[in-house]
Amino acid sequence: MSGAFRIPAAGRLKQAKTARFSFDGQSYAGVEGDTLASALLANGVHLVGRSFKYHRPRGVLSAGAEEPNALVQIVRDDARKTPNVRATVQELYDGLAANSQNRWPSLSFDVSAVNDLASPLFSAGFYYKTFMWPKAAWKSLYEPKIREAAGLGISPDRPDPDHYSSRYAHCDVLVLGGGAAGIAAALAAAETGVSVILADEQAKFGGSLRFESGAMIDGQDGFAWAQAAVAKLAAMGNVRVLSRTTAFGYYAQNFVGLVERVSDHLKAPGHDLPRERLWQVRAKRVMLASGAIERHMVFANNDRPGIMLAGAARTYLNQYGVAVGRNVGVYTANDSAYAAAIDLKKAGVNVAAIVDLRDNPTGPVIDEARALGIEINFGRAVIRAGGKLRVSSMTVQPKNGGGERTIPVDAILMSAGWTPSVHLFSQSRGKVAFNDETKRFVPGTYAQDCVSVGACNGTDGLSATLDEAYAAGAKAAKDAGAKDASTKTGKGAKPKVDASESWSRGMLGAAPGAGPDTTVKAFVDFQNDVTAKDIRQAVHEGMRSIEHVKRFTTNGMATDQGKTSNMHGLAIAAETLGKPIPEVGLTTFRAPYTPVTFGAIVSHARGPLFDPTRKTAIHPWAEAQGAVFEDVGQWKRAWYFPKAGEDMHKAVDRECVAVRNKAGLFDASTLGKIEVVGPDAAKFMELLYTNPWEKLEPGRCRYGIMLREDGFIYDDGVVGRLAPDRFHVTTTTGGAPRVMNHMEDYLQTEFPHLNVWLTSITEQWAVIAVQGPKSRDIIAPLVEGIDMSDEALPHMSVREGKICGVPTRLFRMSFTGERGFEVNVPADYGQAVWEALWAEGQKHGATAYGTESMHVLRAEKGYIIVGQDTDGTVTPNDAGLDWAVGKKKADFVGIRGLMRPDLVAKGRKQLVGLKTKDPKVVLEEGAQIVEDPKQPIPMKMIGHVTSSYWSENCGRSIALALVTGGRDRMGDTLYVPMPNGVIEVEVTGMVFFDETGGRLNG
Amino acid sequence: MLLIRCPYCEEERPELEFRNAGEAHIARSANMAGESDDDFEKFFFIRSNPKGIIYERWRHMHGCARFFNAVRDTVTDKFVMTYKAGEPKPSKLPKNSNEVVAK
Repeated sequence: MSGAFRIPAAGRLKQAKTARFSFDGQSYAGVEGDTLASALLANGVHLVGRSFKYHRPRGVLSAGAEEPNALVQIVRDDARKTPNVRATVQELYDGLAANSQNRWPSLSFDVSAVNDLASPLFSAGFYYKTFMWPKAAWKSLYEPKIREAAGLGISPDRPDPDHYSSRYAHCDVLVLGGGAAGIAAALAAAETGVSVILADEQAKFGGSLRFESGAMIDGQDGFAWAQAAVAKLAAMGNVRVLSRTTAFGYYAQNFVGLVERVSDHLKAPGHDLPRERLWQVRAKRVMLASGAIERHMVFANNDRPGIMLAGAARTYLNQYGVAVGRNVGVYTANDSAYAAAIDLKKAGVNVAAIVDLRDNPTGPVIDEARALGIEINFGRAVIRAGGKLRVSSMTVQPKNGGGERTIPVDAILMSAGWTPSVHLFSQSRGKVAFNDETKRFVPGTYAQDCVSVGACNGTDGLSATLDEAYAAGAKAAKDAGAKDASTKTGKGAKPKVDASESWSRGMLGAAPGAGPDTTVKAFVDFQNDVTAKDIRQAVHEGMRSIEHVKRFTTNGMATDQGKTSNMHGLAIAAETLGKPIPEVGLTTFRAPYTPVTFGAIVSHARGPLFDPTRKTAIHPWAEAQGAVFEDVGQWKRAWYFPKAGEDMHKAVDRECVAVRNKAGLFDASTLGKIEVVGPDAAKFMELLYTNPWEKLEPGRCRYGIMLREDGFIYDDGVVGRLAPDRFHVTTTTGGAPRVMNHMEDYLQTEFPHLNVWLTSITEQWAVIAVQGPKSRDIIAPLVEGIDMSDEALPHMSVREGKICGVPTRLFRMSFTGERGFEVNVPADYGQAVWEALWAEGQKHGATAYGTESMHVLRAEKGYIIVGQDTDGTVTPNDAGLDWAVGKKKADFVGIRGLMRPDLVAKGRKQLVGLKTKDPKVVLEEGAQIVEDPKQPIPMKMIGHVTSSYWSENCGRSIALALVTGGRDRMGDTLYVPMPNGVIEVEVTGMVFFDETGGRLNG
Repeated sequence: MLLIRCPYCEEERPELEFRNAGEAHIARSANMAGESDDDFEKFFFIRSNPKGIIYERWRHMHGCARFFNAVRDTVTDKFVMTYKAGEPKPSKLPKNSNEVVAK
């Protein structure tokens, strides 16, 4: 027997298949098909958790996704410890291990339950009012303590070992919700032949047919009809049926996010299955059939374990064969709880009494309950529940006051009515409308191509629901492009309802006994421990908008997002404000409908697949040499090449000296490269760069500066003119994509009359920089067809020819200040040519150098790096590059920006060199510069250090800085205040090495 | 994720393929260097931020790579229409087939 409260004749589970599980270390037996909640209840376990703030004992409230209380931690192994799993949703598997949360030392004896006694201290807005000062205590004291005391479960502390999957799908009709309405809608749509996806969050389709024992459709039990209908749908080629799949977000243009729980219900999932699958579905029409959620009654101690929603108790009985008690009481304000009482009574459970707030309701369920001999009390309220770890009694009083009577019970089934699930409708930006007669919000104005059917649309009764859903399904299919009836694939007919249950109405807000004059703990929001009194207090303290009431009390802000509490909270706020409910308004529903794991969102995009890694053709060689790499954008670049025993500084010093004395090889392949081709190529270059290009001879190069329209430096690079109509443009490594975009933008939209083609060639050419006095000696033996003499190939020129037998674009250029070349070869030959040059270089004492040495060498020469020495507010003049701006040009991008008053004003920050008075001191990049270090704090900062290195070649530290009016301060002493003292610096020119530039031809 | 119709590809494609490129129909002067401070301010700095219909540029970055113009409602995010770069600002907008319908 799988639990003392299992009723063998009831429910739909096969009792033979038992599953063992544990809760807080205690072992229990359940049945395959159980949820963790139903299996616990079958074993008489109602106490499953402690509440968030007061640490009150809590039991299972619901049988579905709306569950606020029964949150547990599921532990599969050391890495798989999932917190906040709703026991009402978690399917049982053999060996499942669950722990309760938020209790210490044990669930039945929780030390922090003292919070419950001290609850006057923890009223609404408590966090805002109490932990005000000192400010510093927030981080060190208040927040950690609050988190420790509250909290919901424990986060896993290891990387998630599971994998997740993701699918895109398109369909004509997407039906969300697989109850009677959703199934009927899907049948009608599918029969027209359009593509249909039907999704439901439960393992089994059927929705409320799971518990509605009175429903008969097409001559069979409602639940059996649902299974047969879904089996029929699943067999159709145009239908995809997804169970265990929750639509969590409804986005623009009928784009819906769903999560399919693929393997959380399996004992041993195996690694070939993802844990969850994210579906991103684009549908021509969306049908919302999300049903309704039952509300609880708001009365004192309504949170005691054993008190639950009537529909949930009925589900546990009719689906799982579990009696939630042996002697139950019922507290209701509508008809539906009667059905629960009747079902339980028929199953042999004693129903102590039905307490109905309504005065003299009539109807078949009331008659049936009376005929079964159940005591019914009209016009009365349950004013409090007794018991602590489990409800033991309910105290009944006429709702207008009078004598109290206490009835012993071990469970209370409650129903205040049903709230249409308009969450997804609201997420779709639809506007809800309040129906004053039925006291509920229903879909009003639609914003997208969707339609609501059934209970979520406020439609009552199975017959009306099926009529509405079937007609709407056919219409949605037609709107989505279904052909006329002759192309029908199915021979369906509208399902016929033979028997049904119907209920509506109910009440909102606090029940008698928890009214405005009381201070009892009548919970509105169980998960965040918000009582009716808290909501009234929020209004009394000045909150007028429901959005403010929500944030002040945290009503509806827990992981269940107020599925059971929002309407009660709203009604209490409205009553206290003395305004009608629609005037107070409903809080906005936002995605996700239920919590979604990070894993499902991230899917495969983690680890190496998080972001692409780009490697150059020469990468394997550098790796083999033991290079240390740095990330530059998506690129991996060799940072430095340490020899045995060298740290970074030693390696960089050696590399820098070798380049200036002999030669160095550097992988410059990541440099952005764009080919600008066409009859108007020179005209285009004139417009995109500040420099003049028309007169640049083919075979020559020029350093180009690109501005934005505002006049600030956007990018730079050396440009070679290969032919009158062909430019080989280089960009910064990080700037390549945006420079390409910038060029395309102007070419396509501002200068479309120019006959020019742009091609990104970054990945087509590997670039090997050979720099240093011996560079020509290294390259020359391998080159064919290019005269390497200074006369034929002067500094800043380019030739096409061959190297090592493969085509090359050979640039004579230098980013080191030494005689230098940049050898471009097709990327596939990159490593082979590098190895040939390396072998040749070994004869001349060449070294390989990385990006760090490249930075030092260029700084020694005062060559700027855009993005390091400039920051998007630096003009060519500020950077000392005025010479590169064509003064006679009529137009270029940025020409007008450069004339802006602020850009031509005196006192702008200018790029200068800095030498520390103590040559051994290396400044920190980003350090601030002041004129007078003795001035009071906050000091007036006049600039900052942009580049700073130890220069072994100069035998001292060097730095570049942006300083206000910098070029007028040559020779001045300035100060860099640092935590360990003030550093004295002298303002200098930007060139620290070989000021005359003779070495370019050395 | 929005669906955007590329007027060059003549297909609706997901937003992932596109990149927004700011407001449309802000022409760069043929005599840029001669623009007054006021005109340059209007050209470079001032943008409308309407609640409702906006004319904006998009680029089909991961498709045909063309820039084009779109008319979008900033309240609903719905695209009213898209058209090729260089085509004039539409004087009349088509009736939006997706406009909000009262139930």
